[in-house]
Amino acid sequence: MRNPRYVMLVDTRLCVGCKACVLACKSENNVPDGYCREWIVEDIWGEFPDLRAEIRSTRCNHCSNAPCVDACPTGASHFALGGVVLVDHDACTGCKACIASCPYDARYVHPDGYVDKCTFCLHRVARGELPACVTVCPTRTLHFGDANDPHSEVSALLRSREWKVDHPETGAEPNLYFLV
Amino acid sequence: MSWSRREFIQIGSVALGATSLALGGRRSLFGLDSPDVADPHTDGDRVVATLCELCFWKCGVLAHVQNGRVTKIVGNPAHPLSGGKLCPRGTGGIGLLYDPDRLKQPLIRRGDRGSQHYEAVSWEAALDHTAENLLKIKAKYGPEAVALFSHGFGGSFFKHLLNAYGSDNVGAPSYAQCRGGREVGFQLTFGAPVGSPEVLDLENCRAIALIGSHLGENMHNTQVQEFATALSRGAQLIVVDPRFSTAAGKAKHWLPIKPGTDIALLLAWIHVMLSENLYDHDYIAKYALGLEELKAHVADKTPEWAAVETGLSAGQIVDSIRLLAGARPAAMLHPGRHTAWYGDDAQRARAMAIVNALLGNYGRQGGFYLPTKLPVAKYPGVPAYATKPPPAPDKPKGVTYPFADESLAHGLRDASVPGTAAYDIKGWIVYGTNLMQALPEPKKTLAAIQHLDFLLAIDVLPAEITGFADVVLPEATYLERWDDVAVTPYKEPFVAIRQPVVPPMYGSKPGWWIARELSKRLGLETYFPWTDAGQMVEARLSAAGFDVAQVKKTGVFVAKHKPICLEEGLEPTFATPSKKIELFSQQLADAGFDPMPKYTPPEEPPEGQFRLLTGRTPTHTFGRTTNNRFLSQVYSENEVWLNARIAKERGLANGEMVSLVNQDGERAGPIRLKATQRIRPDCVFMVHGYGHESKGLHFARGRGGNDSKLMSRTKIDPLMGGTGMSVNFVRIEQVTP
Repeated sequence: MRNPRYVMLVDTRLCVGCKACVLACKSENNVPDGYCREWIVEDIWGEFPDLRAEIRSTRCNHCSNAPCVDACPTGASHFALGGVVLVDHDACTGCKACIASCPYDARYVHPDGYVDKCTFCLHRVARGELPACVTVCPTRTLHFGDANDPHSEVSALLRSREWKVDHPETGAEPNLYFLV
Repeated sequence: MSWSRREFIQIGSVALGATSLALGGRRSLFGLDSPDVADPHTDGDRVVATLCELCFWKCGVLAHVQNGRVTKIVGNPAHPLSGGKLCPRGTGGIGLLYDPDRLKQPLIRRGDRGSQHYEAVSWEAALDHTAENLLKIKAKYGPEAVALFSHGFGGSFFKHLLNAYGSDNVGAPSYAQCRGGREVGFQLTFGAPVGSPEVLDLENCRAIALIGSHLGENMHNTQVQEFATALSRGAQLIVVDPRFSTAAGKAKHWLPIKPGTDIALLLAWIHVMLSENLYDHDYIAKYALGLEELKAHVADKTPEWAAVETGLSAGQIVDSIRLLAGARPAAMLHPGRHTAWYGDDAQRARAMAIVNALLGNYGRQGGFYLPTKLPVAKYPGVPAYATKPPPAPDKPKGVTYPFADESLAHGLRDASVPGTAAYDIKGWIVYGTNLMQALPEPKKTLAAIQHLDFLLAIDVLPAEITGFADVVLPEATYLERWDDVAVTPYKEPFVAIRQPVVPPMYGSKPGWWIARELSKRLGLETYFPWTDAGQMVEARLSAAGFDVAQVKKTGVFVAKHKPICLEEGLEPTFATPSKKIELFSQQLADAGFDPMPKYTPPEEPPEGQFRLLTGRTPTHTFGRTTNNRFLSQVYSENEVWLNARIAKERGLANGEMVSLVNQDGERAGPIRLKATQRIRPDCVFMVHGYGHESKGLHFARGRGGNDSKLMSRTKIDPLMGGTGMSVNFVRIEQVTP
């Protein structure tokens, strides 16, 4: 069986920036008050009345060449099932080297002292469910799946739609794609 | 991308391999054994299917409970209105349930009205005191002197109680302050209101036009889902809005219209549709009346004429309506929801209804569907109401609004000032609506309250209105109570139930219990023949032939689909006097109004002032959720949007705190300024529901600005009495630190 490569696709044509994803993530993952693992970016270009907008839900990019994993001195940041980047809470000393190395500012220090971030809801994925943000999204902006499976929905979308990634110049090889 | 996906994957594999070695094989890479992510364990040991009440849409949710505590709320995939998906508010029910500011016990006022000096009392004492006062009013003035102001599903028990008591004065701000104008405009044209959920087949629509409706910021779950589905299928979008809304950012055409000139645009659209033969001839010939009159009416309403009025280009006006009409009949001019803007709102809705009629979309796929509803009989043995109460005193003496088909909430308020209406209102029951923010002209609300003999407030949180009540009764949240069976007219016939997820916290009680207890003390217990709402719901479901255990388990029963449009074999009918779509309205002509909508230019903002426009944010439902700490983590205060060029000219910086002062000297703020390209230079915009003053709302108090305070003027819709509220002008003052 082929190894999966889990990716998330964000359809910027559909995202309304409502933040249902942000809040569903918070309650699913018991993210402490004042912290979010996901956030919304709103880009506006132009001057009134010639304007263009892009809204996107974003989070950890679960990079295939993750700078945070390289930067982590204890091995706490590591690759897990499907290439998902995780932090082993027990092994994390809270040194923040990963935070400094992350091109996406996706990590924060949990009040309990370890570094925390999006897990692609791997605990749900492992039992055949979708990440909480994908499940809740009222505009079906978010897609999750295995990019190594040519028959998956995400593979089909990556073939058929135009897409981009954030900060391709870092060489981190992010697995969060934005459909445009 | 500068590399191919193949290279991309190869590079990734190399990096992964290296890391694997570095970890000394401690972890299995891509292993299919159990993932090493710690499960946050938010799944419940119990999961209860119920209905959300963070807004009025009533989406099906599943509440997860762990050791008696609700850990998370997710969408119920079986429920047609949520389909397992939720807006941001739906997830936030936990923020309401565990709000530390909740009303915790019954209160009786001991100081002056508004002094907020209360004594905590037993339920017995509070209910006795309430009943005593209601009976006093009934004896002295008659039962019709008590009015109920209500918002939300739980209000049904209090409406029933009030009707049994002998009054029909039920006012919901959701009518005259919100969707009333729209409902009347569509009723006059098609013989039916648009309803809630709106009967819009958005998902099958191929071209959608929005006028002032900011879907996506206005999060009606089902509607936003369908809107997104339509966009994903390539539907074209036209957005008419003075503000570059979220929806405008997705539109093919954004028409940044001058506020108050929508009818000019609509008449020009109709002109183009008729002169370019873009309308559905067969449909109009078969179903509509008044085409010739309409043609004559808009003959001179050219795009060039409308361009001058609206600030749009004639080209934009023509291109946008050609795009919309090109997709008919699966094309829709969305009727909007909050439509109480300029006082001519029912006529604007008429113009919008006429555009839809010309698109031939009423009763058609991708247009307005004809909803179905399951028959569920009332609980047996509830007696008929004993008296037929007099009509509502909801308008000034000698004035009529002939097409108002619900009571006007502000009218009932105004009737509390003695001698001004057909009769005086002396007592208020306020359920789940913060009248200090839900009604415009808050000073009138304050003055009216001072004339009352008795004010009862039933609420979950200490909203401003509770501070003026004589008795405050703490209601259990929607997660702690039964409500009545929800039978919703929709695309699919279905019933759903709200059932308690956890027991009521503190000393709070469910609304049904409060109403039933009051009924006993008012001698009306025969109107509540059931023991508790759960038993009542089960009996109703059972009598209607549903599997009660199954409905309780899944929260919902969806029946077989029935035809809802012409394409499915259902011929549309129109409950107008002519039984046709009335492009020309004889009803309006007979009542002395314009039989076809006319355009009146709006008042210009005075020098240095801006027209105040208001709207919604996806995270909140008016002021009712702004104290919700969970939701507020992503949106905690409103901002006032001002055109960036104007801000620069006036030396105002993005993000600075300002005050807003309206034409009558009413102030709001401090509020943060959002200097943005996304709005016209002649208006400002803010999200409704902020600037709370109630001492009990420890989180929301003092955050953002209160738009209701700035609505010291309204323009009344002569057809139905709605309060046009976008008729106020504000200037912006810097706040010196």
